[in-house]
Amino acid sequence: MNNTSYESVMGRKNEIMKKAVGIDYNVFESGDIRFDYEKMMRDTGYSLDEIQKIQLATGVGNTPLLELKNLTKLARKVAPKGMGARIFIKDEASNPSGSFKARRAATAVYHAKRLGYKGVIAATSGNYGAAVASQAAMQGLKCIIVQECYDSKGIGQPEIIEKARKCEAYGAEVIQLTVGPELFYTFLRLLEETGYFNASLYTPFGIAGVETLGYEIAMQFREREGKDPDVVVCTNAGGGNLTGTARGMIKAGADQTQIIAASVNLSGLHMASDIQFNKKSFTTGHTGFGMPFSTGPDRSDVPRSAARPLRYMHRYVTVAQGEVFYMTETLAQIEGLERGPAGNTSLVAAFSLAQQLDEDKIIVVQETEYTGAGKHVQPQLSFARDNGIDIKFGNPRDEVPGQNIILPEHPRLIQAQEVDLNKLRRSYINHCIDDYGQKEISNEDLDFLVQETKSSIEFVKEIIKEKDIKISE
Amino acid sequence: MKIKKGDWVLTYHVVLTPDERAPQVPDDTKKVPLESWVKGFLQEDAEIGDEVTVKTITGRMAKGKLLEVNPAYQHNFGNFVPELLQVGIQLKSILWGGEQNE
Repeated sequence: MNNTSYESVMGRKNEIMKKAVGIDYNVFESGDIRFDYEKMMRDTGYSLDEIQKIQLATGVGNTPLLELKNLTKLARKVAPKGMGARIFIKDEASNPSGSFKARRAATAVYHAKRLGYKGVIAATSGNYGAAVASQAAMQGLKCIIVQECYDSKGIGQPEIIEKARKCEAYGAEVIQLTVGPELFYTFLRLLEETGYFNASLYTPFGIAGVETLGYEIAMQFREREGKDPDVVVCTNAGGGNLTGTARGMIKAGADQTQIIAASVNLSGLHMASDIQFNKKSFTTGHTGFGMPFSTGPDRSDVPRSAARPLRYMHRYVTVAQGEVFYMTETLAQIEGLERGPAGNTSLVAAFSLAQQLDEDKIIVVQETEYTGAGKHVQPQLSFARDNGIDIKFGNPRDEVPGQNIILPEHPRLIQAQEVDLNKLRRSYINHCIDDYGQKEISNEDLDFLVQETKSSIEFVKEIIKEKDIKISE
Repeated sequence: MKIKKGDWVLTYHVVLTPDERAPQVPDDTKKVPLESWVKGFLQEDAEIGDEVTVKTITGRMAKGKLLEVNPAYQHNFGNFVPELLQVGIQLKSILWGGEQNE
């Protein structure tokens, strides 16, 4: 019997993971900073064609593309004359489990079954849990979902409690925990105990599962409008949504489309804090995941994450919690679409960004998510109020996460805030160099850092020069 | 209250005590244990508060303190948030109210 203390389980992490994911990540490593990302995606993933077949077999994908004509009209009312791109939304809530996560889960569970695993485990408080549970039900595997759900008073986020219900509805076992990163410890112990597959969000097949979303967007627009969209906005947390969508667009040849990331601004709140846990009104799609996973993607539950958003994003914007709730209500009131709040993060950004584009341009929001008790603008705002958060109309720029939620008093006040991407790129490069710990890096590593940050040789050289790092000849 | 073997129950257990918590955890979180809740079929007759074993829906055996029998979902749509009413009213007026820019 293995020692189950925190230290010894964490010490066995790599060994447990190798067994539970079926990938030897070492073969993609160089021993230096770089690893072969494309080889990892090629050798361990599936082709787009195979994934389309896998997803078709379980009713995943081919979701409707809807034009939000009234929202576009509203944007044009508040935009400068002649501005206001057409806003479209990909209604991913139509997937079997109610979100785009079904795409990721379909390939992960298919892969687990093909390798002969009896069950799957995922550590997630988000829509991915229901997606894995739904796929496990379809493909006849057992399923365990581990959630971070409660604070130390036993008060749970309504959104997460609803997601637990949905997982159980599909026959999954749900283990709920209080706040803390040691969720990973519980997760590892379960993998060891059951021998199940780690249906991580960050494996190559999980990310490849999202590529069909980008591909479909390009194909649907060509069929309908005869051209690719100008901008696609992706809600960004762990980075997989953006990475997969962008890769799918590129595979479709839509390489002129701008990919813009959007996250809910939760700056100032610590994600592992027991006291602050219920002071936030979004449990995903926020900067608490979006920023650290952009600047350090390999902090995930696999040695090398297949989600590497900095490689693909052209811009990154943040929006306020009050703006997202307001936009969720807007979508219901003027478009007749009642959808979950977190999925509407990118919709807020699109509404604002559309006003910077000409009327003949097209901007796409690439997801929606299901809504229901707990996971809805009404209970989430009510919960915030119960936790002492001041909810009022005003200017969203005055919102302080954890203290108030400001619903815009007029739609013209909805304004996505630009994140300095170079700052994130710099932070990513610094992480890599610090982890590496050497005074000299190779030209190959230099190229890798350029690709990882979608920057230039000059940009990376400047940063490593500041750090007194040399490039070996 | 006697809970019968085979009943569907909710159990609770402490995964890590405060002194066993990970070093990177913030101070407020370090003061409290890491707790967990698991549901399953009770393996022996017991009373609320007893340490019991349950068989989960996936067939795993798990130990914990017995909290509740037939645990129900209590989440709902919360208290009414009247501010939300104003959003639709304002937007419809901007879109179709005939005003120019407001």
